[in-house]
Amino acid sequence: MFEWKWEFTLEILPRLLQATLNTLMAAGSGYAIALILGLVFVLGQRTSSPILTGVIREIVEFIRSTPLVLQIFFLFYVGPQFGIVLPPWASGLIAIGLHYGSYLSEVYRAGLDGVPRGQWEACRALNLSASRTYFRIIIPQALPLSLPGMGNYLVGIFKDTPMLSVIGVMELMATANALGSETYRYLEPYTMVGFIFLAISLPSAFGLRRLEAWVKIKSGIEK
Amino acid sequence: MEHYLAFLHQYGPRFVDGTIVTIQQTVFASLVAIILAFCFGLMRLVPLRTAQITATIYIEFFRGTSLLVQLYWIFYVLPLFGITLDKFVAGFLSVGMCLGAYGAELVRGSIQSVPRGQYEAALALNMSPAKRMMRIIFPQALLIMLPAWGNLLIELLKGTALVSLISVTDLMFQAKQTNAVTFLSVQNFGTALIIYYLMARLVVAPGMRTFESFWARRMGRG
Repeated sequence: MFEWKWEFTLEILPRLLQATLNTLMAAGSGYAIALILGLVFVLGQRTSSPILTGVIREIVEFIRSTPLVLQIFFLFYVGPQFGIVLPPWASGLIAIGLHYGSYLSEVYRAGLDGVPRGQWEACRALNLSASRTYFRIIIPQALPLSLPGMGNYLVGIFKDTPMLSVIGVMELMATANALGSETYRYLEPYTMVGFIFLAISLPSAFGLRRLEAWVKIKSGIEK
Repeated sequence: MEHYLAFLHQYGPRFVDGTIVTIQQTVFASLVAIILAFCFGLMRLVPLRTAQITATIYIEFFRGTSLLVQLYWIFYVLPLFGITLDKFVAGFLSVGMCLGAYGAELVRGSIQSVPRGQYEAALALNMSPAKRMMRIIFPQALLIMLPAWGNLLIELLKGTALVSLISVTDLMFQAKQTNAVTFLSVQNFGTALIIYYLMARLVVAPGMRTFESFWARRMGRG
């Protein structure tokens, strides 16, 4: 039987918290990339060219049905084969951004499809420009529909950042691995990582649900 | 292209071996996930406080932490408490337990979304609670939850790639191994990506759709 050592836990806690900041940074910037790429993917599927739509659709399907950890490896090791050496942080964030961008494009699409057809037709009848149609009419109605999915994937990205440890990004999991191999104690680092994840993801999931409810009321969907 | 064929000729068998292990992991993990999902999903619905709390703890715990953290914990920390699992078993157990927590929410949600009148009608017909569940509620709930299970099983297939990190010799592991020898990253990881894609697109997704339409027909809604 292995005993839990509190003084050791307190000793490693500062390093784990430091690494938590890295994890949060990775999740935040990965999410920012994903939000933008998702928009590119969804708008690319709404052009008048059926070939472009089909190609992007298939790319999104491909990214969604292959493992993120393999995509991280792919992006990290493929660059050097062509003489492009990206730091682990960069290739990791691009991989996460691409993966979740393809998920988010589906969330955006569902949101846009949820806006009644009559709204588009009314915009055309009123001769509104494309940007005005999107920004003033469609997006304000699509956003409350997309928000739950967007929130889930924010928490999802946060929980997938440990995969970045496989290419040596020093986030929470990699730090716990390092602590374990330095001290030969794995119980405390790994358990603490689990609790840190719980401590962040449960309140944020709760907060996001509150935010959704608030947006629904604000946008007049629910009273 | 010829280079790639030569590459496949030399390393193809390894990818086949890896794919077989990935399929085994996926099948076992699916079984674990489905069993746990139904157990805990139903436990959240029985009018028994302790059962509800136990199920909620399991679900929130596994949904709130990462699969990778759970995998490392089960493989590296559990032995310290005297429970040593073989890496193959630890692999599919972790994946199954994690995805089972997501599945439990699907089960709960779909059972709750069977129209209230169905319960009342079954009650009026004097069916026992077990019969009510098995004959009336569950078949309808299954129809509601099947599309979401299709997505979840693809997530599960993707999740099994992580077991390579505790050196289960799955597809991902073989790709990493051959990459360390050949340094042909595009070919290695690209081949593995394509195999995962084909498994998801040509096996899991159509399989689930077939089952869905079969069940819909059985329910007289085809």
